[in-house]
Amino acid sequence: MTTATYAAASMPADWRDFVALTKPRVMTLVVFTGLCGLLAAPGHIHPVLAFTAILCIALGAGAAAALNQWWEADIDAKMKRTASRPLPAGRMDRQAALHFGVGMAVASVVIMGLATNWLAAAILTVSILFYVFVYTIWLKPRTAQNIVIGGAAGAFPPVIGWAAVTGDVGALPVALFMLTFFWTPPHFWSLALFVRPDYAAAGIPMLPVVSGEVATRRQIWLYTAIMAVAAMAPVLLGLTGLIYGVTALVGTGIFALLAFDVYRRRESDVARMKPERRLFSYSILYLFLLFGAVVVDRWVAA
Amino acid sequence: MTPEEDRIVRARQRSRAIVTGVILAGLVILFYLITIVKISGAS
Repeated sequence: MTTATYAAASMPADWRDFVALTKPRVMTLVVFTGLCGLLAAPGHIHPVLAFTAILCIALGAGAAAALNQWWEADIDAKMKRTASRPLPAGRMDRQAALHFGVGMAVASVVIMGLATNWLAAAILTVSILFYVFVYTIWLKPRTAQNIVIGGAAGAFPPVIGWAAVTGDVGALPVALFMLTFFWTPPHFWSLALFVRPDYAAAGIPMLPVVSGEVATRRQIWLYTAIMAVAAMAPVLLGLTGLIYGVTALVGTGIFALLAFDVYRRRESDVARMKPERRLFSYSILYLFLLFGAVVVDRWVAA
Repeated sequence: MTPEEDRIVRARQRSRAIVTGVILAGLVILFYLITIVKISGAS
């Protein structure tokens, strides 16, 4: 957080701006992976408590996103992709965003603890604090490896969903954590490749800005290989069956082909980065597919 | 503040009040349901 370089809000924010502050599109994936962790867990949870657990995961993710935007308002103002967000566009008072984020974070943790159990609430707390303090404030402005370590924050939801049902953490949610953790670098760096000018303008040390485009392409390929091992681990460890195994094999195969295409290309013109955009879009579908397959697999086996 | 700005501010305050009310009502229902589930031991 530095001196404000964006327009200050002169009017009270519209309620839609508060919704935008929670990054609803990012939340979709977080909610889905949390739901899959919950549905794949052994045991029973009352539908009302299951709904509450997912609501709390969504609220926690929204709170983390709001606090991220509160901290980065001046950086967002410098990037084309983020300049129209409520804070840099001057549609919201900065303190309102802080209060909204903190209030929602506390509410999500307390309701999760009261409705399910305090282990799930504790992991939710760690994920919010990790995203805000470790990723947003500490790593993101300092190192090109920011999203590798910071990606852990986005990998917690399936563990939280599982813990909400069982009250503990098993091998499968840890495997799903690892999958999301190693999925994040190729997912995010494929985006970073085609928004590199934005990051450079904002002074954020994303990998393509610091190490260059070729190194980023190599790192995408490297992390795809590690991700492939993480994707196959649940079936190799006997935690899931054939449905997940086949989905992971085919899905990861396509991921690897797209990542290899990105790896061997030498293209620095952002407008011509179609394979990079394709890998980014597919990576989202990939995670939806694999997590969905885990649930189907566990339900068929049950 | 011009009359037009004043109208926009009032409209925003009103819509925010309505949304806050809906959220609070939702929380009341949610806490009621959680309590029922907890005391019935169905969790």
